[in-house]
Amino acid sequence: MSTIKLETPLTFDKIKDLKSGDQVLLSGVIYTARDAAHKRFIEALDKGEKMPFDVKNQVIYYVGPTPTKPGFAFGSGGPTTSYRMDAYTPRLIEEGLIGMIGKGKRSDTVKEALKGRAVYFAAVGGAAALIGNCVKKAEIIAYEDLQSEAVRRLEVENLPIIVVNDIHGNDLYIQGPQEYLKEKE
Amino acid sequence: MRTINYQDVVEQVKGACIRMTCDLPHDVQAMIEKKASEEDGKLAKEMLNIIIENANIARNEQRPMCQDTGMVVCFASIGQDVHIEGGLLTDAINEGVAQGYTEGYLRKSVVNNPLDRVNTLNNTPAIIHYDIVEGDKLTLVLAAKGFGSENMSQLKMFPPAAGIEGAKEFILKVVKEAGPNPCPPLVIGVGLGGDFEMVAKLAKQAAIRNLDYVNPNEKLLALEKELEEEINKMGIGPQGFGGKTFVLKVNIEMFATHIAGLPVAVNINCHAARHIKVVL
Ligand code: SF4
Repeated sequence: MSTIKLETPLTFDKIKDLKSGDQVLLSGVIYTARDAAHKRFIEALDKGEKMPFDVKNQVIYYVGPTPTKPGFAFGSGGPTTSYRMDAYTPRLIEEGLIGMIGKGKRSDTVKEALKGRAVYFAAVGGAAALIGNCVKKAEIIAYEDLQSEAVRRLEVENLPIIVVNDIHGNDLYIQGPQEYLKEKE
Repeated sequence: MRTINYQDVVEQVKGACIRMTCDLPHDVQAMIEKKASEEDGKLAKEMLNIIIENANIARNEQRPMCQDTGMVVCFASIGQDVHIEGGLLTDAINEGVAQGYTEGYLRKSVVNNPLDRVNTLNNTPAIIHYDIVEGDKLTLVLAAKGFGSENMSQLKMFPPAAGIEGAKEFILKVVKEAGPNPCPPLVIGVGLGGDFEMVAKLAKQAAIRNLDYVNPNEKLLALEKELEEEINKMGIGPQGFGGKTFVLKVNIEMFATHIAGLPVAVNINCHAARHIKVVL
């Protein structure tokens, strides 16, 4: 287990050696989107339109932050449960999405889509104030009417995340508990 | 008859909403710290430490510990010698919630109904349960209930023949299925008995109960401990990455039931187990 520093945009080279359970400090630009925004992404793609940002080699963070308090760059913003995005994710991976940050298990279809192409990270669920402080700049770039669910462009510094599903088919939610129990035997 | 002013209720509820979402209750933080000192999974220990650090940042900077500042649940115990002056108690509680969530920069997560899904923009209405009690005080127990954990909750109506074994099996199944989704470490609220809606309410009361409260019913106390051990033995751990702290505690509340039934409800709460009590 090691802590790895990564900068976005990610590339295949940067993610290919990541392993489930690795702790990563992520810096650079990432984009936020929850289910309502994902639905609109797919609707746009289906109509042959562009997404609000070019998703190639980008990272999407599943978050709906609290309103930003005066004097802060961002509100509190921990991850939301990822399975609600499962239906939309494979399509975005097709479009070049390379990383997702959320919490909780992904469907088998998503896990299959990740193989060889993209990484699913978890941020610490509920650690929203700490994560909020890693965001240095935030701006809404699309779907402002969705409020906390609007799409934001974030500049983050040393955002602590953990590799859950690497590109090799490993899953920390399965292997983490298994390995812990094995050590206990 | 004692008179309580509408506006006083509004002010108290408003303050309580901001405090409970920014200031992790002492009993919860103490329990997380205790569990962190006992945790032996490396990544697991680190997760608990991040959660503690987060709670401290939230308290110091007076910002929400979690972005899901929840839907407000309020258990109101009204002394029968209390009179509320200046308006309806329900309106006062909702107005307090609206002001607290707006002025405290909390997230407004409530939509008008599950079909149209239009955000009400002030996090109301709250879910309010009323109880009439003795005395001349108004006691409000408020919780900010996030839906990452609420969505993992389940209820089942067992026949009496299922017995406590059936209930235990169900509780373990629900918790295991929840896995990493509701941000473990968790607080598990279990309701036993009553009827369909009562058992859910019991489970909610158990889920937001103080973690330093010792169940006075010895049978239930033993069952709480047994379930906590069983669950933590699964090795799922904090955040589901493996470890011994999957749950902080199991709390059980019980009520009379019908000869033909054994209702069981499991209400899951996360480590952001926000609850606060105000007495007016
Ligand atoms: S489950 Fe709890 S800690 Fe996790 S996001 Fe929801 S409210 Fe926050």
